[in-house]
Amino acid sequence: MHAPGSALPEILVAGVGLTPIGEHWEKSLRSIALEAMTAAVEDAGGLRPQALFVGNMLAPALSAQTHLGVLLADFAGWRGIEAATYEAAGASGGVALRQAVLALASGEMDRVMVVGVEKLTDRIGSSVEAALAAAADADFEAVQGLTPAAQAGLLMRRYIHEHHVPEHGFAGFSLTAHANAVGNPRALYRRAIRLEDYASAPMLSDPLNLFDAAPVADGAAAILLTRGDRHRPAGERTPIRILASAVATGPLALHDQPDPLGFEAALISAGRAMAQAGMAARDIDLFELHDVFSIYAALALESAGFAERGQGWRLAAEGEISRTGRIPISTLGGSKARGDAGGATGVYQAVEVVLQLQGRAGEAQVPEAQVGMGQCLGGAGATVATHILARADRL
Amino acid sequence: MEVSRHWRLRQQRYALVGEVCPHCDVKIFPPRDICPDCGREARTEYQFSGRGEVYSYTTVHDAPAGHEAYAPYTVAVIRLEEGPMVTAQLTDLGDQPIEIGTPVEMTTRKIGEDGERGMLVYAYKFRPVLRPA
Repeated sequence: MHAPGSALPEILVAGVGLTPIGEHWEKSLRSIALEAMTAAVEDAGGLRPQALFVGNMLAPALSAQTHLGVLLADFAGWRGIEAATYEAAGASGGVALRQAVLALASGEMDRVMVVGVEKLTDRIGSSVEAALAAAADADFEAVQGLTPAAQAGLLMRRYIHEHHVPEHGFAGFSLTAHANAVGNPRALYRRAIRLEDYASAPMLSDPLNLFDAAPVADGAAAILLTRGDRHRPAGERTPIRILASAVATGPLALHDQPDPLGFEAALISAGRAMAQAGMAARDIDLFELHDVFSIYAALALESAGFAERGQGWRLAAEGEISRTGRIPISTLGGSKARGDAGGATGVYQAVEVVLQLQGRAGEAQVPEAQVGMGQCLGGAGATVATHILARADRL
Repeated sequence: MEVSRHWRLRQQRYALVGEVCPHCDVKIFPPRDICPDCGREARTEYQFSGRGEVYSYTTVHDAPAGHEAYAPYTVAVIRLEEGPMVTAQLTDLGDQPIEIGTPVEMTTRKIGEDGERGMLVYAYKFRPVLRPA
């Protein structure tokens, strides 16, 4: 591992918590969030946050609820603290995490809680599709009936066309995610699948099939961060430091991107994060990317420098993304099999990277992991938030 | 119902009116008033020809609210001959196979219904350019 060159002050993870992703009919948005936040506080030895930053996309559309910052701070018994929601579609959680890092780096705060939460299952079918589609350009994309799956289908067809990907060339992403989820007791689909299952899956938005797409459901993940110079985490646990935090944007509409397969915002976001950490792709031991659609996993690998343009799918086809491969991804199942809780994803990824770096990933443990990267996407790569975390005892 | 919202976009929806940058001559659709290429003001109206070719296409089976009655339908990203790309449904497909690169032209079609009273929303769709038999 390279010597630490992080441009950030020492920001440490005090505690993490998450709920399984699933159809939690019996739980409300606030109770799911509380479960994750309580777990993070317990993990941090009872530390109380000074501020709560919420990552959420869908509560206004699906729960008729805005103002989640105060709702959740009050519900957690933290009346009086600073609290607000950050929204950037599927990148909401990563953007909220970024804001927490900035608040801590500024010196204004010492202890910040970030929670990513989504409650999707109170509504069904076309309402959920419409709420998700609202993350695209409403006037020029959603009005044409475009959905997130259709955006991914458009990109996947073009990718296959330009790069001559063979039939089932993307299957490896789905197979790996499902195989990894078997080792994660909190995963939504804890079941390995075979190539035959992938090959016979119904089309969602051709050439994108059911197994190229992540299932969306309810969930919350929370991470409590501190400034290392003011609050050292207590206890025996391996200290984890945030080395980099970067957000970049591209055009909102897919059709406005000059080079849709270039995934430019991801390129910028990952590049900034690696520069901040003083690292290159070869220094990253695992990469929790946003495999909400398999094509996005391929594009994320390419834009972060793990594969040449047009070659990202080969990493999956050749086993390089498994837990013992060159660059493990979706190590606890990813969005594909752990499940995708929309705007909560960036926080799930950060928590899962922490669990891997601390050796707490159980049967899903990646051996010898010291540096991990998380990256979540809003829309078809319109907003991209990237974080790099590392074992502080090895820096 | 969002009557004013649909009305406001009538020039784009029915006539593909965009903009041209007076500084670098880039054609812009949808209009955005600031040139995405050179960053300067671009408010000069520009009438697009409505001709282009398919950059990519797919089919929507799980339609969002307001579009369910039309599913399954084909959505494409079209590269207009003047340069910019636009997202639009394909229509009048008949037996012609669609491929990346298929030449298409703009037409006007019903695109959905808005609100409980079912206000009809019309917009551009694209259809394959008829080839001589």
